[in-house]
Amino acid sequence: MVEFGGWDMPVEYSGITEEHLAVRTRAGLFDVSHMGQIELAGPDALAVVQWLTCNDAAKLSIGQVQYSALTTPEGTFVDDILVYRMAQDHYLFVVNAGNIMKDHEWIVAQARARGGDVAIVNASSRYALIAIQGPRAQEILQTLTAADLPAVKYYWFTTGEVASVRATISRTGYTGEDGFEVFVPPAQAERVWDALLHAGKPHDIKPCGLGARDTLRLEASMRLCGSDMDEHTTVVEAGLSWIVGWKKENFLGADVLRRQKAGELSRKLVAFEIRDRAIARHGYPVVRSEETVGVVTSGTQTPFLKKSIGLAMVPVDLGATGTALDIQIRGRVVSAEVVPEPFYKRPGKA
Amino acid sequence: MYPSELKYTKDHEWLKSDGEEATVGITDFAQRQLGDVVFVELPEVGRQLKQGDTFGTIESVKAVSELFAPVSGEVVAVNPDLGSHPEAVNSRPHEAWMIRLRPSSPAELSGLLDASAYTALVK
Repeated sequence: MVEFGGWDMPVEYSGITEEHLAVRTRAGLFDVSHMGQIELAGPDALAVVQWLTCNDAAKLSIGQVQYSALTTPEGTFVDDILVYRMAQDHYLFVVNAGNIMKDHEWIVAQARARGGDVAIVNASSRYALIAIQGPRAQEILQTLTAADLPAVKYYWFTTGEVASVRATISRTGYTGEDGFEVFVPPAQAERVWDALLHAGKPHDIKPCGLGARDTLRLEASMRLCGSDMDEHTTVVEAGLSWIVGWKKENFLGADVLRRQKAGELSRKLVAFEIRDRAIARHGYPVVRSEETVGVVTSGTQTPFLKKSIGLAMVPVDLGATGTALDIQIRGRVVSAEVVPEPFYKRPGKA
Repeated sequence: MYPSELKYTKDHEWLKSDGEEATVGITDFAQRQLGDVVFVELPEVGRQLKQGDTFGTIESVKAVSELFAPVSGEVVAVNPDLGSHPEAVNSRPHEAWMIRLRPSSPAELSGLLDASAYTALVK
């Protein structure tokens, strides 16, 4: 067990490789109850969400989810979040465990400064969150719910009962695989967890820890806030221009992000692969003629692709696909190559 | 669990004496702490090690760790199979040797832990 965002969590159950492969080929079960939930409701909820987050929340229908970020006036990350539109004037943010208090305070302060009729509640203690991920996830979850799962599209959600427990069922995840995240009341979480493990038995479902969660998300080249980006990294630098609603009106950090998009960008996050037998881990320097010019933000040997991969923040002139990067690994310089993202795309996904 | 014919260190290496020479690997406890091993970096044959010297690194999906020489001596061989099958360290930790040494000061051998002392250490 390790301490993570104030929670004791297992790094692994049966082993990172075994858990990782279970998710890629069958199914894995994750207890991600540590994630936080902050709800915003009221007549001005949408206007406040639009001001606080960089993506265009006006595009969301009720029942739809969007990847976005809480941004500072400098266009950097307070946190990366999922925005759920629960009802006409009701939004729910799913935020990173370690940032719950910080995000809540930020949202309250910024909403107050902006003005508007909106109630903001840290609802994290009301939700446990269980993720079932993998190509068999739908088949397994469907045995426990009457909700029409095939009708729930990627990044949409529905409500229903799972193992007779009222739940919000969201077709989202952090693995690059198809799957669902199920919000349930904490008191019933164990029952839902056990039911899913039991229902998944014929598919050899594996409970998965933080270790596999990290290797899976990195293989899908999904960012980890706090590791790949933080309050010093802008959304554009993080390679997440696609989560910026360029057409919407003003929002926190819009000016900086627009300038960077127009070309005022000095560094960016890139994906790399190492052909040598070595792993470049978080914090290892990227060097050019013996000078440190960048830094590795995530790196691992991925169990499914069996490659040494990672993300690094580098000067833009080192950012093009095919560029050779020199990474210092415990005193020796290892050669890496900038590669297109994502490293892994699930079969059948456009 | 921990074979009685092996000697152990507090750094979780094992040593198996074999006449004039000895093989060295990491214990089951160590491999469980590391998780899935992906690379093992080993020294050149002929290198002279002092007791406690780093003789290589072992890298798992989640961490990298150094390997320490249980006793002083010259490296006479490294296990060629670990390059292509590093996972043997997880599946057969007490057989997947890393280096073969010719110990230079036999007195050091008697300072190593026996199986019961090591078992108590990791309990």
